[in-house]
Amino acid sequence: MKPVNQKAWLMILPVVICVAFSAILPLMTVVNYSVQDIISPDRRVFVGTDWFKQVMRDDDLHAALIRQIGYSLAVLLVEIPLGIALALAMPAKGWRSSAVLVLVAISLLIPWNVVGTIWQIYGRTDIGLLGATLQKLGLDYDYTGNPRHAWLTVLAMDVWHWTPLVALLCYAGLRAIPDAYYQAASIDGASKLAVFRYIQLPKMRGVLMIAVLLRFMDSFMIYTEPFVLTGGGPGNSTTFLSQYLTQKAVGQFDLGPAAAFSLIYFLIILLLCFILYTWMQRVGTVNEGETSHG
Amino acid sequence: MSRIDLDLAHAYKPNPQADDDYALLPLKMTFEDGGAYALLGPSGCGKTTLLNIVSGLVKPSQGTVKYDGVDVTARTPQERNIAQVFQFPVIYDTMTVAQNLAFPLRNRGVAPDRIKERVGRIAEMLEMSHQLDARAAGLAADAKQKISLGRGLVREDVSAVLFDEPLTVIDPHLKWQLRRKLKQIHHELKLTLIYVTHDQVEALTFADQVIVMTRGRAVQVGSASDLFERPRHTFVGHFIGSPGMNLLAARWSEQGLEVAGRVVAGRAAAEGVKAATLLGVRPEYVTVAVPDTPGAVPVTVDQAQDIGTYWLLTTHAADGSRIRARLHPHQAIPRAGDTAWLQINGPHTCLYENELLIESGGQPARGVAA
Repeated sequence: MKPVNQKAWLMILPVVICVAFSAILPLMTVVNYSVQDIISPDRRVFVGTDWFKQVMRDDDLHAALIRQIGYSLAVLLVEIPLGIALALAMPAKGWRSSAVLVLVAISLLIPWNVVGTIWQIYGRTDIGLLGATLQKLGLDYDYTGNPRHAWLTVLAMDVWHWTPLVALLCYAGLRAIPDAYYQAASIDGASKLAVFRYIQLPKMRGVLMIAVLLRFMDSFMIYTEPFVLTGGGPGNSTTFLSQYLTQKAVGQFDLGPAAAFSLIYFLIILLLCFILYTWMQRVGTVNEGETSHG
Repeated sequence: MSRIDLDLAHAYKPNPQADDDYALLPLKMTFEDGGAYALLGPSGCGKTTLLNIVSGLVKPSQGTVKYDGVDVTARTPQERNIAQVFQFPVIYDTMTVAQNLAFPLRNRGVAPDRIKERVGRIAEMLEMSHQLDARAAGLAADAKQKISLGRGLVREDVSAVLFDEPLTVIDPHLKWQLRRKLKQIHHELKLTLIYVTHDQVEALTFADQVIVMTRGRAVQVGSASDLFERPRHTFVGHFIGSPGMNLLAARWSEQGLEVAGRVVAGRAAAEGVKAATLLGVRPEYVTVAVPDTPGAVPVTVDQAQDIGTYWLLTTHAADGSRIRARLHPHQAIPRAGDTAWLQINGPHTCLYENELLIESGGQPARGVAA
């Protein structure tokens, strides 16, 4: 019989400890909170699934979730086509391409809270370039008072901040297409549109999937920028899920409902991650099948 | 379909000075309507550049490209109406085989009925009829390359079909099949075909006329037998054939032509030739001779290899020059270490000066411009 060596358990112990402290223990704390009513540090009552029931019936939460989904969809609908267009317009060779790459990447280097601050000032109607210009043009722009303007400003901020990421990914995808494809298309008499539709877009599918995944997850968890820019207002018009959660947990100190909601939020993200991951995997294997022959 | 005249030179760099700056040195060439041509040469000799100039993907830095006498130098591939097949299969991933084949026709606004008919015919020709509705992306490399070929052949009115090493990615046994297919298509459709390759077997079996290129120069245009029997340039001599031509240092003396100190031809040199020359003889025409036969040289055998249908003898003469011979297996084969006499002078022996043919089979070469 083969001797059994139990030493391997010892080897993975450091990882187990790290994961325990970084993920499992905090998660368990949240689970702990979600099933108790903590009245004071030494008085607590077990309430079972009450908080979950309450949170599930919370209209504000539903509103935040719908707002969140709408926002993430809007982000994807604007940033993905815009990123592709940007990548197509960027020069392919020479010093111009390097210069443009650096220029495009600048916004990616700015920290989230600074982005919020920049746009907060940018949109001000008295001194901000955007706000003042729109006012001068006769538009009654006011992101602090008008919910639609606030929402659009948060969207514009995200587009400004993150479209370059999509553009860079697409640019990399475009550069990976061999010249022979363009030459063949030119010989086949393909129009520019046909080249895009039948060569560039299919060849960018892999990087586009990554772009969609990244932008979806990031926008779904957005917190800092709207917090700095609008603080979730006016009213609740720009209060997205994570901000709603923070308000509950830290603002009102409703630890129980906040914990229950965190778990639901966590499950939503897990589910979406799973769906997107499976989708990407499938597209990935199709792509692999293609490249291994080509 | 058209006759293609080239009179051009090309450099990728601006302001070319030395010969090395040119991808293609000045050349004049004609591709007759309906001919099958091969551009043969090692990597980097300029054959793909030449092909891309014919197709219009590259614009020559000097000179003109004419189709049927009309200057098309400034026209795009589309306007020249040529078809080109590349080294690696180019297919449109999202389309089926049929859609791929129809693409060049659809872009030109051909009527759907006509497209269907042409696609069906080409698919039949390429034996792909059963795969028409399959997604092109899922096919094997050779099937993909067949689609590329098919897209090149689907238009009837093309001026020429150009192939840029199209069989590189294909398995050897399929290569034969596809090449035969191409040859057959050439007979059926009477298209002008230009085929780039670095494989001499491919070039010699495919084309009526082979253009041998080296270092940006087209050194010989000819049929397979021309290239074999009378290589007009030493490069053609050693590039064509397996192994290539023996090229031996020779000199004219008062006794005649000497190789390794032995007189191989007892006649006087032609007028105006230099004393030092190069004698070329193909291994196929080198024979084992009785000692002291006129025209034979004594050699030491280094190696005798059985190649299957023939024996390959590798030897060296007294001056160290290497002589190879292909011998029939039924004759007596000298062993390694033996001394043998090899006959190197015969009707197929060529003489070269400055890499160019000056004499073959004892006759001055005609039409050799220095």
